[in-house]
Amino acid sequence: MIRTEDLAMSAMRALRSNPLRSALTALGVIIGVASVVAMVALGRGAQARIEQSISSLGSNLLIVVPGAMRGGGGVRGAAGGWNSLTMGDAEAIQREVEGLAAVAPSQRGQAQIVAEGLNWNTRVEGVTPAYLLARDWSVAEGRFFEDRDVAQARRVIVLGKTVAENVFPNTDPIGQTIRLSGGSYEVIGLLASKGQSGFEDQDDIALAPLTTVKRRLTGRRGTADSVSQISVKAASEAGIARAQEDITNLLRQRHRIRGDEDDFTVQNLNSIAEASQEATKTFTALLASISAVSLLVGGIGIMNIMLVSVTERTREIGLRKALGARKNDILQQFGLEAVALSVAGGVIGLAIGVLGAWAITAAAQLPLTVSIDTAFLAIAFSGAVGVIFGAYPAWRAARLDPIEALRRE
Amino acid sequence: MAAPKDDLIVAQGLVKLYQMGDEIVRALDGVSFAIERGGYAAIVGPSGSGKSTLMNLIGGLDQPTDGRLSIDGRDMGAMDDGDLATFRNRTIGFVFQSFNLLPRMTALENVELPLIYAGETPKNRRERAAELLTRVGLGERMDHRPTQLSGGQQQRVAIARALACRPAIVLADEPTGALDTSTGQEILALFRSLNKEGATVVLVTHDSEIAAATRRVIEVRDGRIVQDRVLENAA
Repeated sequence: MIRTEDLAMSAMRALRSNPLRSALTALGVIIGVASVVAMVALGRGAQARIEQSISSLGSNLLIVVPGAMRGGGGVRGAAGGWNSLTMGDAEAIQREVEGLAAVAPSQRGQAQIVAEGLNWNTRVEGVTPAYLLARDWSVAEGRFFEDRDVAQARRVIVLGKTVAENVFPNTDPIGQTIRLSGGSYEVIGLLASKGQSGFEDQDDIALAPLTTVKRRLTGRRGTADSVSQISVKAASEAGIARAQEDITNLLRQRHRIRGDEDDFTVQNLNSIAEASQEATKTFTALLASISAVSLLVGGIGIMNIMLVSVTERTREIGLRKALGARKNDILQQFGLEAVALSVAGGVIGLAIGVLGAWAITAAAQLPLTVSIDTAFLAIAFSGAVGVIFGAYPAWRAARLDPIEALRRE
Repeated sequence: MAAPKDDLIVAQGLVKLYQMGDEIVRALDGVSFAIERGGYAAIVGPSGSGKSTLMNLIGGLDQPTDGRLSIDGRDMGAMDDGDLATFRNRTIGFVFQSFNLLPRMTALENVELPLIYAGETPKNRRERAAELLTRVGLGERMDHRPTQLSGGQQQRVAIARALACRPAIVLADEPTGALDTSTGQEILALFRSLNKEGATVVLVTHDSEIAAATRRVIEVRDGRIVQDRVLENAA
């Protein structure tokens, strides 16, 4: 029996004897593997980004917003329009729903912050102190406002990192005064940075007491009592579904809704996260399968060249058989050539794919995630391509009749 | 018709049929002969006589339709594909008209080839191949590629390759057919000296002059043996 290393040697020798042809043949697999690797890395990067940005919004978070939502699709206005949520709803949730860590009504506004000749347009959220806990914010410097500040509608403000950097590039903002919509506010604190969420800068924000924002900033919008959303943090992950149901029932009761069209929506961030994970996964799978088609084409290229090679080397095969090569020896020699070609293509493709993934994710500012299993799969897949597409040419070579083969010129 | 004990090749009523389109060709039509161990014989006949078919059967490249062929005590008709491969590797040393050396390998590597299929270690292969190339007079050209060697030298490499696994029979198909007369004579001289050292040599040729260099001529025509004579070429 032939020794395994001699088999490997003869396959290598055959591939080296025509390096250009070998390289071009492997190119199909190189491109296929490279694009699969890059696409999977891109998909995983996007997935990681979504996960990260959703968890940065706050954990175990339910967000109640006005208007009905259908099938996760468009937001629909319903009875009560955009003013259907009130402070009273928030208080009722706080009072009657169990298993909650925080209930934080808030009013969203947009305003121009002006200080020392610099200005910055940003999102100003009117909130209560519970908002910090509900949305997982923390104060980096200074202090946050208290219930007392909210009750008195004091003109104090806490700035996000981006706002602070743009309005006070050189001075410590704490204790400074800014102007906002004609009124002046004292900066009492700075929020710790949360970074990007999707394409939104989460630090581009300023938080002021809810009452102050309602009165001075968005007073003309909605009724005096309405809020634009209520953030609810469940005490535990297990309690989220229950809390969502309880809040829905409570608000339906409070809003006197009998039909099935609610005038509010309770968004479960965990399920939104899951849904978008699913969507990204599907998208990744789609991209990867399109890329896999080129791997298939690469395999066909290998088969084609191996068939040519078998024809060209008919006489050599005949000679080897006459000298004592068994069918299996020939089968293995040609099979191994095909596998070596495709695995070499797989390794090179993996390297190029990782480089490509690195470039794409760097450009899109996504985290780069190339895992060991991706690398392993790429090699295993290209090996499988070699076996599948090398099998037929090798079988043709093995079953050649030595008499006929030796007669061939 | 009991064969003597030292007969290496024994053929009895050998028949080989081929299907050629609608026609059945009787390539061999009841051939019987025996070649003794250590013999030097020529199978001679014009093209289409059946001598190539006979060579393929002796070489284990093909199997008879009918009759019995026994080589080195083994029944060729009873062998399966794997047995035949081993038989070709161990028992037969082929020499071809067109040398059939692999062009990308050196002389040494070409001689090693049958030893690879025998599963020999690289060290043993190298030693054996070097020894054989020295024996056929190419000790200085072991690292040459076939294209760097003359026809006669290439055939010497091929003969060294045929001897690599110490075969019972050296089976040569028109070994001088691609060589000029004087080089052909040198190759024949090499066969003669190998035979004197104990190798059984069977030449297959259409050329009765070449055949006359052996010690026994079996003449085939239309699938039958028409003459089988011993020559006085001893020593």
